[in-house]
Amino acid sequence: MPETAATEKIAVQIKVNGKPYAREVEPRMLPVEFVREECDLTGTHVGCDTTYCGACTVLMNGLSVKSCTMFAVQADGSEITTVEGLEKDGQLHPIQKAFGDAYGLQCGYCTPGLMLSTFQLLSENPEPDEKAIRKAIAGNTCRCTGYMNIFKAVQLAGRNIKGA
Amino acid sequence: MLGQLGDDAKLLAGGQSLIPLLKLRFANPAHLVDLNFIAGTSFIRENSGAVHFGTMTRHAEIEHSELAKKIPVLHDCAAGIADVQIRNRGTIGGSLAEADPSGDWANALITLDTTVHCLGPKGARKVALKDFILDAYTTALAHDELVSEVEVKIPPKGSGGAYVTFKRAAPVYPTASTAVQLTMEGDVCKDAAIALGCVGLTAIRAGEAEAALRRKSPDDKTIATAAEAARAAADPHPDMRGSAEYKRELVAALVRRAIQIALRRARGEQVDGVHLYA
Repeated sequence: MPETAATEKIAVQIKVNGKPYAREVEPRMLPVEFVREECDLTGTHVGCDTTYCGACTVLMNGLSVKSCTMFAVQADGSEITTVEGLEKDGQLHPIQKAFGDAYGLQCGYCTPGLMLSTFQLLSENPEPDEKAIRKAIAGNTCRCTGYMNIFKAVQLAGRNIKGA
Repeated sequence: MLGQLGDDAKLLAGGQSLIPLLKLRFANPAHLVDLNFIAGTSFIRENSGAVHFGTMTRHAEIEHSELAKKIPVLHDCAAGIADVQIRNRGTIGGSLAEADPSGDWANALITLDTTVHCLGPKGARKVALKDFILDAYTTALAHDELVSEVEVKIPPKGSGGAYVTFKRAAPVYPTASTAVQLTMEGDVCKDAAIALGCVGLTAIRAGEAEAALRRKSPDDKTIATAAEAARAAADPHPDMRGSAEYKRELVAALVRRAIQIALRRARGEQVDGVHLYA
């Protein structure tokens, strides 16, 4: 095996689900790799790795981003929320509960990303109609093709949050 | 800094085009210079009859800006680029500097009076957008220059515009896109700008289509003539998104639709949601 020069590592401090993580990472590391490998939070999935599918969606400083399409060093000093950060005190978040209750998932691979896109949508618009939901989750691909139940889950989640 | 690093350095703005290109090894720069930590590069403000966008202003910020809504083409474009996640990261300056033939901003902005502010070690200069984009992925920027600001003149009263695209799914580039900007005086079209995207190496201004509308009162027949002229002006390549013939057909349909929306908006009507998905 040819020897390759060790890549210089860069110190970052990223708060993930409220917990600070100080790590030294290669500049090429992606945030999705950071949360999965450095924080052991494997709920964030790598789907296409080409900025298409949205399985890696997380919230960065409250906004949904595809965590395969930036570098971890760019998230230095920021707050990331992954699907694991939605539940509180062992209680599922209303969005998580609604995805279960409305059968808004089949294989579940796209679900964490969809739930975080739903989180951003409902924080701006608690009662979205189908058109608004379509626009909000257009960056999340479900290959089980179960979008109708996902629409229902998003609307149910909105009602649950409002009623809570 | 770019001067020191030489030709082999690339600026990283929103990264929503560049990072996928890096992963595919289509781009292989020795250095990446991240612009995301530079304060004061993201803003939207009005100044002497123009809207000014900081280079790092995200598409989502433009989508939600009341100021940008004054120019409907801008709002249409910002609200329809890819998906929510990409709009949260991607920037107007990055889109123009990348000059992807399928990119949205250059095509939308070319129908307006748009000036690109460039900044480098030799100072600042302003370049009209039509002189800024030279070819596919090629701009008038020197290797040690960057886009600092995009300035768009607010169109006169009685204007209406629309940016209409067709794409197979949200995150992909459009199959074809069109921008139309009309200035009306009563029922008569005083001025028209029509641009076609994704069907040439750069956005194409469809001069004959524009001429078909100028000094006319646009009825169905005039609009059909303009759409036919746009079809002829398109220079599409067949690819996975469709044959050249299909794309020309699509361009004609999109131009027809965009003219109709622009006319309604020029009359003061509200029309929204103009990006089409298959």
